[in-house]
Order: sequence, then C-alpha cells, then structure tokens
Amino acid sequence: MKAVYILWLRQIKRYLRSRSRIIGSLGQPILFLLALGFGFGPVFQRAGQGNYLEFLTPGIIAMSVLFTSVFAGIEIIWDRQFGFLKETLVAPVSRLEIMIGRTLGGATVATLQGIIVFLISLLAGFRPQTWLHLVPALAFVVLTAVLFTALGTAIASVLDDMQGFQLIMNFLIMPLFFLSGALFPLNGLPKFLEIITAIDPLSYGVDGLRGTLVGAAHFGLSLDLAVLSVMTALLLAVGSYLFSKIQI
Amino acid sequence: MAGESLDEAKIIQVENLVKTFGGFAAVNDVSFSVNRGEIFAFLGPNGAGKSTTIKMLTTLLKPTSGRILIDGHDPVLHEDAVRGSFGIVFQDPSLDDELTAGENLEFHGVLYRVPADVRRKRIQELLEFVELWERRDDLVKTFSGGMKRRLEIARGLLHHPKIFFLDEPTQGLDPQTRNHLWQYIKNLNQTEKITIFFTTHYIEEAEKAAGKVAVIDEGKIVGQGSPEELKVKTGSQTLEESFLSLTGHKIRDDEAGAVDQMRMRRRLWHR
Ligand SMILES: Nc1ncnc2c1ncn2[C@@H]1O[C@H](COP(=O)(O)OP(=O)(O)O)[C@@H](O)[C@H]1O
Ligand SMILES: [Mg+2]
Repeated sequence: MKAVYILWLRQIKRYLRSRSRIIGSLGQPILFLLALGFGFGPVFQRAGQGNYLEFLTPGIIAMSVLFTSVFAGIEIIWDRQFGFLKETLVAPVSRLEIMIGRTLGGATVATLQGIIVFLISLLAGFRPQTWLHLVPALAFVVLTAVLFTALGTAIASVLDDMQGFQLIMNFLIMPLFFLSGALFPLNGLPKFLEIITAIDPLSYGVDGLRGTLVGAAHFGLSLDLAVLSVMTALLLAVGSYLFSKIQI
Repeated sequence: MAGESLDEAKIIQVENLVKTFGGFAAVNDVSFSVNRGEIFAFLGPNGAGKSTTIKMLTTLLKPTSGRILIDGHDPVLHEDAVRGSFGIVFQDPSLDDELTAGENLEFHGVLYRVPADVRRKRIQELLEFVELWERRDDLVKTFSGGMKRRLEIARGLLHHPKIFFLDEPTQGLDPQTRNHLWQYIKNLNQTEKITIFFTTHYIEEAEKAAGKVAVIDEGKIVGQGSPEELKVKTGSQTLEESFLSLTGHKIRDDEAGAVDQMRMRRRLWHR
C-alpha cells in the first residue's frame, strides 16, 4: 500500500512542478471553448439546439481529461528512456502495485486538469444546471481519467520509444475525441457515425458529464456509468497484464 | 545446483547461463560464482554481454536457459526475495530528474519498506557519505554526472543490501571522480561487508579493485581468477597482456584492430 502511495505522490509532485506543462495543456481547451463555443454558438442556436457553450463545456472537460490521462499513462515510455523505470522494476514490489500507483497518480492529475478546465468554463459564462450535480460529475471525471490512464499504460507497455507516439495520437487519441460527441449532438447522425460514436468509450464519459452538468444525457446516466465501469475494469486488466510483461 | 549443492560461502552462483536475442547469443553458456564479501569484476569490451548478465541476475530479464542463485534464491522463481537482497547502480542513469536528491532516496526507501525512522537516519548517513547532504533539497536535474552517480550509489545502499551490483559505475567520469568512487566502494566493502559485483571495460580498474576477475568476450567467459592467477595462467606480466592472450584482441574500441571490426560487422550481419 505504501508503494502505491509513493508512486502516486511522485506523479503529483511531478505535475505540480511542471508549471509550463499545466499552463501549456490549458491552451487547447481554452481555445476550443472560445473559438468553437462562441464561434458556433449562433449557428447552433438557429438550428434550435440551444446554447452551444453549455453543450460544449462537458465535451471540452472530457477532452482535457482524455489527453492528460493518456499522456500520464504514456509517461512510462519516458521513464523507460530516462532509466527511472528500471529503478521501480527491480524493487521488491509487485508490478500490479506499480501499475495501480501510477494509474491513480495519472488519474488524479487528469482529474485536477478537468477541474481547472471546469473553472475556466465558469469564467467563459458556463453554469451547471445545479451545483449539487458536481458530485456525480466528478465521479464521471474520475472514472474517465482512470480508464484512459490505464489505456495509456497499456499502450506504453508495448511501445519501445516515442516513435509510435504520433501514430497513436493521430489514429487513436484524436479519433477517440472527435468521434465522442464532445463537439456535436449524437442524435440524428448518419448510421455509420452513430455506430462509431457508440463504440467510443469517451462518448459515455462526455455523456455522463453532460447529463450531470447540463441535464441532457443521450445514452442515460446508468448506461454511461455501466459502460465506463466495465471498460475501466477491462483496460486496467489489459494494462496490468501488458505492464507485467515489460522487459528492459 | 538446486538444494543439495547450495554452497553457503557462495552468494552468487551461475551455471550455463544463456540469453539469446532472436538467434544472437548475447550471453553464451556462462558459469561463475562469487564468494560472500568478495569484490568481483566482470571485465570485457563493449557488447561482451556484461549488462545482459547483470539484468538476468537482477530479475530484469529472463534467461533463455541456465541456472542462477542469488543468496540461495532463483531470480526467475523468487523475484521478490532476490530483489530485496541486492542494490544496483545501472549503467545508464536511473534517477528521477524532477525530484530532489532526498526525494529520490525517500522513494527508494518506501519501495523497499525501510521503516520511517531508520529511513531518515540512513538517508542522512548515506548522503553525508557521498557528500551530497547539503544538496539534498536540490532537483537532481541540476546535478553533474559525478553527483548523480554518487546519489545512485547512496540509493542502492539504502536498504542494506547483501550484494551491490555496479554496471560500469565509472563510465563517463573524470579520473579524479573515478578514484574517489573506488575509494567509496572499497571502503563500503570493508565496513558493511557487502559483496560487490561490478562490470568494467577498464583493465586497470579490475586489477586495482577486484579480488576476482572474470574476463568475458562475445558472450563467453574466457578466463577467471584473481588478477595474479590470470597473469600466471597466461604467462603475462600485466593483466592487459593476459586479456590480449585470452581474447586475442585489445579491450577498447579506439584500439580495435581490423579483426575486431570484422567481428563487429559479422555480428551486425547476423542480428
Ligand atoms: N534487448 C536486446 N535486443 C537485442 N540485442 C541486445 C539487447 N540487449 C543487448 N543486446 C546485444 O547483446 C550484446 C551484449 O550487450 P550488453 O550485455 O549490453 O553488452 P555490455 O554490457 O558488455 O557492453 C550486444 O551485442 C547488444 O547489442
Ligand atoms: Mg553494458
């Protein structure tokens, strides 16, 4: 347990120390909120879909949670390259504990990032439906964060270096984001897109946030919760397995 | 070697160890043993298979075949028992640059379950020993190569290991720091009664520091014994001559002759 704690603490310390990384990673969500939120606002309104900023905010929170957590998981590649991974792998600690500590650390960082984006959206004019719903919304953020940190860990366990990173970014992470309903409503989509969005696990994270924050869930909160939980358990299992197979 | 032939005086026992990477044998049927409290050197040129051997001894790599016992435990079967019994300084840096010197040690101490009060005392003791106590709150990324090496040595000793593995500990250090480091290590061997296993491609280091030397070349051990024994066996005046007579070539890349370069090409070709 102590091992899990110290691994978690390391991630938090590294995050809090990298001010430039925190600020840098906020640029994208802010840009999306302002450019898309206000840019598409009028069209969205005319189409009878209501306030776009309100619709978009849960999607942008989910986006920054996605990026931060996948990135935190993928950090294992850096640890491998800079040698620190060896130090943890020769310690008398099970791989499972290492994986859990890292995943919780990464998920905490991603959750913090999500909270910061939420605070920024307040400045942009976003208001949650009821403040009480922030509690279940936080639960969705945490679940999404754990899910995608585990995904990052799984990916990093099979990549030897950063060469494949661009590939992962363009063919996995970006599609996960753009096809999740973060930016557009899921009703009335062409059939193929409807199927793809329903397969994308991030869709359920976005939907859970949208359901709790603005009261407009597409799949329904219980389905969101169920899918996210099952996917998280699955990816934790896959991630742990692949991580346990790493040889230096 | 299992059970009945377990020799208490021998803290490391290796028999017929092999590691292949896709058909290429990086470690090719290696056998040796290290006595408790001994300073043992693995001497060989770059690419000889030194690091690969250390990785198998320390649970980082699974052997293709052969047997290893570390303080009576098999690294393949009893990972954690083996992991608790040694400290290691890797060939390449392995510190977290974004943490302070103190935090790196604290992290290590917690992972190795060193109780908090012992940990605190031991961290101070070791940081003073490697002359980094004043720098304990500085981020490691501000440290020089020599300071990082010293910190890694302190870290490797934190949990009172029985065996200390050092993979080319002086590589990339200036001669002065190098001398200093060997003083630490010898001192350590004496005061803490730790068994030292180190690798090097500096013949003079093996000669000066080690009680026993195994010469490894192209994955095979071509000779072992004390530096004196090696000289007598090969009828040489210096260990350098012994090395030449055992391997048929000099040890360093910059001294590599045509034969070596041919061998290198052949190796690349077969990979
Ligand atoms: N993971 C690996 N995959 C393929 N070849 C490897 C791997 N690790 C080491 N080798 C090869 O095995 C040989 C021995 O390497 P190593 O043990 O690092 O040598 P040394 O530490 O003595 O310099 C080298 O030819 C090296 O290229
Ligand atoms: Mg090496």
